[in-house]
Amino acid sequence: MTPPLLSIQGLTKVYPGVVANKDVTFDIGEGEVHALLGENGAGKSTLVKAIYGLIRPNEGTMLWRGQPYAPHAPAQARATGVAMVFQHFSLFDAMDVAENVALGMDNPPPIRELAARITEVSNNYGLPLDPSRMVGDLSAGERQRVEIIRCLLQNPQLLIMDEPTSVLTPQEVEILFRTLRQLRAEGRSILYISHKLEEIRSLCENATVLRLGKVVGRADPRQESARSLAEMMVGQTLHTPSRPAAQPGKMLLEVAELSVASPSQFGTSLKGVSMTVRAGEILGIGGVAGNGQDELLGALSGEIRAPAEAVRMAGDPVGHYGPNARRALGLLCAPEERLGHAAAPDMSLTENALLTGAWREKLVSRGFVSWGKARSFAEKVIERFDVRTPGPWVAARALSGGNLQKFVIGREILQRPSVLVVNQPTWGVDASAAAAIRQALLDLAQAGAAVVVISQDLDEILEVADNFAALNGGRLSAPRPVQGLTMDQIGLMLGGAETGETDVAA
Amino acid sequence: MLRLERRPSPSKAWNYATPVVAVLLTMVAGGILFTILGKNPFEAIKLIFWDPLFSEQFAAYSRPQLLVKAGPLILIAVGLSIGFRAGIWNIGAEGQYIVGALCAAAVALAFYPAESVLVFPLMIVAGALGGWAWAMIPAILRTRFNTNEILVSLLLVYVAEKLLAAAATGFMRNPQGAGFPGSRNINQYASAANHEIFAGTGLHWGGVAAFIAVLFTYIMLQRHILGFQVQLAGQAPRAARFAGVAPARLVLMCMGISGAFAGMAGMFEVAGPARLISIDFNAGYGFTAIIVAFLGRLNPIGIVLAGLLLALTYIGGELAQFMLNLPAAAIQVFQGMLLFFLLALDVLSNYRVRLFLPQRATSEGV
Amino acid sequence: MDFGSINPVVLIASLMVAATPILLAAIGELVVEKAGVLNLGVEGMMIVGAVSGFAAAVTTGSPILGMLAAIVAGAAVSLIFALLTQVLMANQVASGLALTLFGLGFSALLGQSYVGIVPPRTEKLNFGFLSDLPVVGRILFGHDILVYVSLFLVAAVWYWLNYTRGGRVLRAVGENHDSAHALGYKVKRVRILAILFGGACAGLGGAYLSLVRVPQWTEGMTAGAGWIALALVVFASWKPWRVLAGAYLFGGIMVLQLNLQAAGYRIPVEYLAMSPYIITILVLVVMSSNRTRRTLAAPGSLGRSFHAAG
Repeated sequence: MTPPLLSIQGLTKVYPGVVANKDVTFDIGEGEVHALLGENGAGKSTLVKAIYGLIRPNEGTMLWRGQPYAPHAPAQARATGVAMVFQHFSLFDAMDVAENVALGMDNPPPIRELAARITEVSNNYGLPLDPSRMVGDLSAGERQRVEIIRCLLQNPQLLIMDEPTSVLTPQEVEILFRTLRQLRAEGRSILYISHKLEEIRSLCENATVLRLGKVVGRADPRQESARSLAEMMVGQTLHTPSRPAAQPGKMLLEVAELSVASPSQFGTSLKGVSMTVRAGEILGIGGVAGNGQDELLGALSGEIRAPAEAVRMAGDPVGHYGPNARRALGLLCAPEERLGHAAAPDMSLTENALLTGAWREKLVSRGFVSWGKARSFAEKVIERFDVRTPGPWVAARALSGGNLQKFVIGREILQRPSVLVVNQPTWGVDASAAAAIRQALLDLAQAGAAVVVISQDLDEILEVADNFAALNGGRLSAPRPVQGLTMDQIGLMLGGAETGETDVAA
Repeated sequence: MLRLERRPSPSKAWNYATPVVAVLLTMVAGGILFTILGKNPFEAIKLIFWDPLFSEQFAAYSRPQLLVKAGPLILIAVGLSIGFRAGIWNIGAEGQYIVGALCAAAVALAFYPAESVLVFPLMIVAGALGGWAWAMIPAILRTRFNTNEILVSLLLVYVAEKLLAAAATGFMRNPQGAGFPGSRNINQYASAANHEIFAGTGLHWGGVAAFIAVLFTYIMLQRHILGFQVQLAGQAPRAARFAGVAPARLVLMCMGISGAFAGMAGMFEVAGPARLISIDFNAGYGFTAIIVAFLGRLNPIGIVLAGLLLALTYIGGELAQFMLNLPAAAIQVFQGMLLFFLLALDVLSNYRVRLFLPQRATSEGV
Repeated sequence: MDFGSINPVVLIASLMVAATPILLAAIGELVVEKAGVLNLGVEGMMIVGAVSGFAAAVTTGSPILGMLAAIVAGAAVSLIFALLTQVLMANQVASGLALTLFGLGFSALLGQSYVGIVPPRTEKLNFGFLSDLPVVGRILFGHDILVYVSLFLVAAVWYWLNYTRGGRVLRAVGENHDSAHALGYKVKRVRILAILFGGACAGLGGAYLSLVRVPQWTEGMTAGAGWIALALVVFASWKPWRVLAGAYLFGGIMVLQLNLQAAGYRIPVEYLAMSPYIITILVLVVMSSNRTRRTLAAPGSLGRSFHAAG
């Protein structure tokens, strides 16, 4: 029997205070697409970093075609035949495609030669790419192509892909899958990391499930249901948020022809965004990362100013107001980036409670802060939203992603918003916290608030939203009711093909 | 092998301990430096840190000097600390100090020789306004044109120094000074003079102003929402905008406060210890105040202690210069090393240092 | 005003000399900033270079040995900055300021016994008959070796940054240190080497001041040249040839104002002496107000410290 391409045996990696991987064992065969499944924090990233030579495991061995394999640097892993496409891209915005590719290679040919090969390989695999373009100007899908081409040029035997589809539209996912199947047909192996079960079921023939750093299951995903895989991954029966039928009330948030320039150099400016949200309604805004989500949140929170008439709260023009004036009217927001935007990492939860709660919760009088009140507000958030922390004096950065997100969302919800806008409310959050957050959003809408959920997770939007709109290149499609919407229609909306005016496309 | 590991929360204990350890390490390193210079290190350290306060021979003269020198350092440093907390780097306090002094002297010279109780308050206002205006140049350039305030404020120090030279040799020169550079002696003009308040203490009105500034800053940072916004802007600028802090307003406020404080320090100096506008009027207080601000952990109370300590090194340095023939620059090196050690030790507040023994690591894991 | 007394050939030749110290310091700082590090200690490294170069040249009688000593001294003090910011993760702004304050004091201490001494003369290179050519002879072939070294450095840095693998890696580290780390590049090692190079260049620039331009040692003699060099890097949008252009522009201003001072115009000397600083500020304003260009050129990770998790 020939040995497997890569055999991982008893791998353990301990960080101070955390066991990231414990006794992980599995094999990847030649020409196999192997899925590594697990929630955020299950230890998937640590594991692939060890395979790619970015970290060294404390214990355990790896065998490459039967030979000991212990890479101490990515260069060695690449020389062996391992290539990796990162979840958060390892790209350089201010450099062109060819330079970016060259940086990922150990012995790059001269740039001109490389550019020719990039064009050739990218066409062969159906991933067209212009080597002279600046990476900062590329879309998320195109950026991923740069990463993939970079790997393919090294002729890898094993390609590691870390959450590759989280930034892609359904159509782009199809293109990617065609490429991956072509690679498998060439006899290459792929280690595919994801928590999206449908993808794994359509692509992979073997799956290893990780939970809290340990292997908790092995399966042939084609034989399993998405639900059984999910329960293996989460380790408990999943609670699906409950949603009573919505009865839309009066108009609370109106956005009309909102156009603002992006404050960041490679950002996306908003172009003529219009939408309305009524009391009791949840509007889901989908879209691939970098299509204007941050800018939309900024324009709604007041961090980016707009013409007064472009944003209306219950009929009043508020586009020219700053964040605190909007808060006073009941328009509250929770940005995507928890550390550094929604919360200050090195400040205590009490101080972070003051960050947005200062005026609405009357934590400040005549400019002077009442720290006692701020602390009780923080404690209230911690208690009501089940934030796991020793107390309000703890620094925000010491909390896990899920706990901090519960704190951030809870901080806004407890201020009784009439409109709440959240961006990526459950990104990087464990399943139970995600379920709790979604339930809280539903409850808020039920209680009569208008809620806007901006998310790249379509499943999430379909679960909570009444209406769906898509952001593409800074433009927003007209919202459509979620009920009866098919994946194909959503894909077209995300790709910008759907203008929403008529159903010509369908 | 040593490795750094980020702490989940910054260590409070190290935050307080690092300045003390830094001072001790600087004494050791300074001792080595003095040995290299051929001086007895113990004698030199004692002369710098002990004798100015406690020796029978020098204390009578030196002790009052402590407040004379600490006053401007503390006043400038508390102003700077507000901006530093917000990530706004005014490093041109020396220039604002000079311009403040020039404006105050201009008021005094304009009124001379008329006596009025209004002259002194007017000079304070002029000094503060002068420093404020000089600081507004980098502030407005930053908010309007996004120009780096570090470079502009620093370059303006050189401009201010030239302006000072022009004043001392030109438009402010004492008409009765027999052609020597330097203005009239403001300290001898009763309405404008900044005298000692209690004889023998060295406390002049600048010390009082420093005390009020410390109190003001303490309350603002601890209790007022502005203080919270300043810290927020320094630690997480995006979160600050989310919290409704307007970055431009913050820059103007922080630069303005620090400029006004530095300008006032210049005013008290020119009307007091320095006595007049001269070419070498500025003694580097604006730069030393940066060290004071950091050594005091940007905390008003800490700055008072740090200001007293740095004032001590000035006085002790002069003493050592006089007694041991120690070069004047040695004390500057000493102050520079203090800042190095402080910055180096700061790592302990935010990181844990761990000893990793590669061979043992595996056996421990069993 | 009468500019007739100023000979343009002499002006160009002398502005090249006047510009060389800030050119050397700025091209070094450009490499440092391209690697993502903001070292505000240029002034301090320059003045330490100035005094060490001076002392070594006086002691050995050789200006070349003096310049080598300045290179070593500049790199040595920059190592303190590297240690603070790269190993101990200290704030770059504060560490750079500390380096400048320390350098000013340290140089004054070292230079005590050298005040008032005349250093050994740095000879101009002998290009034979070429140096005697009218106009070009004086401008192109009438300088000492360091003027040519500084020009060579600009060309070398430009070529190295844009056309070699090492330069590409350095830019990558400065652009996005997390990505560079993920690809397996040694972020800290690259940065420490860049800082040392910057220190060496600044040291050499300082020595040029004390050995050729002035030539003597006085306390605080760099008088803001290091800060002007820092401004020059911003002015040049992090592009080597523009650093050269900028340095020669400032060189021209400095020479011109000195000429005007010498010519005894009615403007007081102090106001003329202010002009290089004020013009630097004005240029900074013009360059930075064009926001898009500035942000596109500045290295993405400039000034941020890097700590690899795990």
